[in-house]
Amino acid sequence: MKILVVTELRQGKWNNASFETLAAAQQIAKDTSSAVSALVIGKSVVAFANELASKNVAEVLTVEHDLLEAYTPDGYCVALKQVVESAKPDLVLFPHTYQVRDFAPKLAAMLGKGMIGDCIGYRDESGKLVFVRQMFQGKTAADVTFTGAAPWFASFQSGAFRADLLVAHPSGKAPVNSVAVSLSAAQIRTQPLDLFKEAKSAVDLTQAPLIVAIGRGIKAPENIPQAEALAKALGGEIAASRPICDEGWLPMERQIGSSGQTVAPKLYLALGISGAIQHVVGMKGARTIVAINKDSNAPIFEIADYGVVGDIFEIMPALTEALEKAKTG
Amino acid sequence: MNIIVCIKQVPAKDAPLAIAGNWIKESDIGFEMNEPDSYALEEALRLKEKHGGEVIALSMGPERVKQTIKEALAKGADRGIHVLDENFAQLDPLGSAKALAAAIRKEKADLVLTGLQSDDHGFGQTGVLLAGLLDLPHATIIMAIEVTDGKMTLKRELEAGWFQHIDCPLPAVLSIQSGINKVRYATLKIEKIYVPTKSKKTEFLTGSPKEVATKLVEKLKFEARVI
Repeated sequence: MKILVVTELRQGKWNNASFETLAAAQQIAKDTSSAVSALVIGKSVVAFANELASKNVAEVLTVEHDLLEAYTPDGYCVALKQVVESAKPDLVLFPHTYQVRDFAPKLAAMLGKGMIGDCIGYRDESGKLVFVRQMFQGKTAADVTFTGAAPWFASFQSGAFRADLLVAHPSGKAPVNSVAVSLSAAQIRTQPLDLFKEAKSAVDLTQAPLIVAIGRGIKAPENIPQAEALAKALGGEIAASRPICDEGWLPMERQIGSSGQTVAPKLYLALGISGAIQHVVGMKGARTIVAINKDSNAPIFEIADYGVVGDIFEIMPALTEALEKAKTG
Repeated sequence: MNIIVCIKQVPAKDAPLAIAGNWIKESDIGFEMNEPDSYALEEALRLKEKHGGEVIALSMGPERVKQTIKEALAKGADRGIHVLDENFAQLDPLGSAKALAAAIRKEKADLVLTGLQSDDHGFGQTGVLLAGLLDLPHATIIMAIEVTDGKMTLKRELEAGWFQHIDCPLPAVLSIQSGINKVRYATLKIEKIYVPTKSKKTEFLTGSPKEVATKLVEKLKFEARVI
């Protein structure tokens, strides 16, 4: 089998999720006696290609074009369709980034194929690749397979594989080959403009050693002071999952997860957070995770060191009091 | 401006999920509008208020989906389209998108909106696939839409706190970020679904709220030593 990994650059730097997917490809290749090609796309990408060539891959493909300097879904789809048609991979793997979400399903559809996005793992079942992804926001896992002929398309959730397990190239350097693609300005219908960040966040949660995070279970904004009192008693920062910030109950800068901040505090206390993967990728590196949730099946308990199945509105004040007492006692 | 909003009906957030093969037992649970899609509907209604035109709520699924279409009408959509399919849960993303695209082609839409992803399957592919099938430009994870002189300037969310403005002509397909305010030709198949195995051992603390609070503080202080 031939596996093609489409890596991603973000404003002239690696999106590190690329290396996790490359590590996944190396593992699949080992299990299935396959060869891995790593692809880098953009304008002037030789330095990045050389870096990929130091990894254990059969070859590195560069796809360069002036019109690929800035990402556009049209440009990437037109170019990568030609690459898939000429390189003829069996399996095309992507990191499940916002950019990949934006074009990869369409690329697969242009070739008449489906894509299994957002996978957290795979299994090789006597030659048949089974991809594992989550459903119902992490409450269930699903085994998904491809029914038609190759090429197959799949993306891996960030954090699903470890980039530090990437194997270096045995003899030092894989060959780098460029793939010519034809692309015209008329084929690109959207025009990317300025890149920007919102107002600087006042808090840097990545530096906070103790974090109290709230999720949907907090129910209403008027309940947030209870969680804030708990955070204060602990001496920690308050944070939240995406829905809370979407509602405007806490500012966006306090959001933890794939679209917010990624934190690795000493203690992460999750209150009424179900533990959807988009949240978990932002906090699973915490040294100690405590989860309090009324639903004993909440996926947050998968990764919790300590769990309490119960009503956060009863436990928050009790815990605040116990913490105050521990401080004075 | 005529806008079609694709809306999915999904199991209610607090519904207990009983697994049945590769889907769930539907008999005892409630269903609701997929939350990310409600943001897309809201955005469509705001665009209509500003620029005029019509908002059409498009949904696919069994009979029960009518309730969600009615909810969209109640919120201000002008018309609803129900693609009646008893086995929609068995469709893969491309199959679903093909069915929706067939319905969209019959309308004269300037804009097709979807939510970011569904809370059940969560593939997050519908908008991008519709753009491909309808041969329209698209953009995803949209945080703001400004329409001027027949084209749009969009604010797209990137990762790590970055955003980007994009110019996009009309007609187009947009997948809306939350918070801005399947059977034929199946290309993939969900074999089964199951409760994931635990990767970490959780120590559950039990007792009254006061008791668990005391126990937890002791654990954090003397066992985990993080406070």
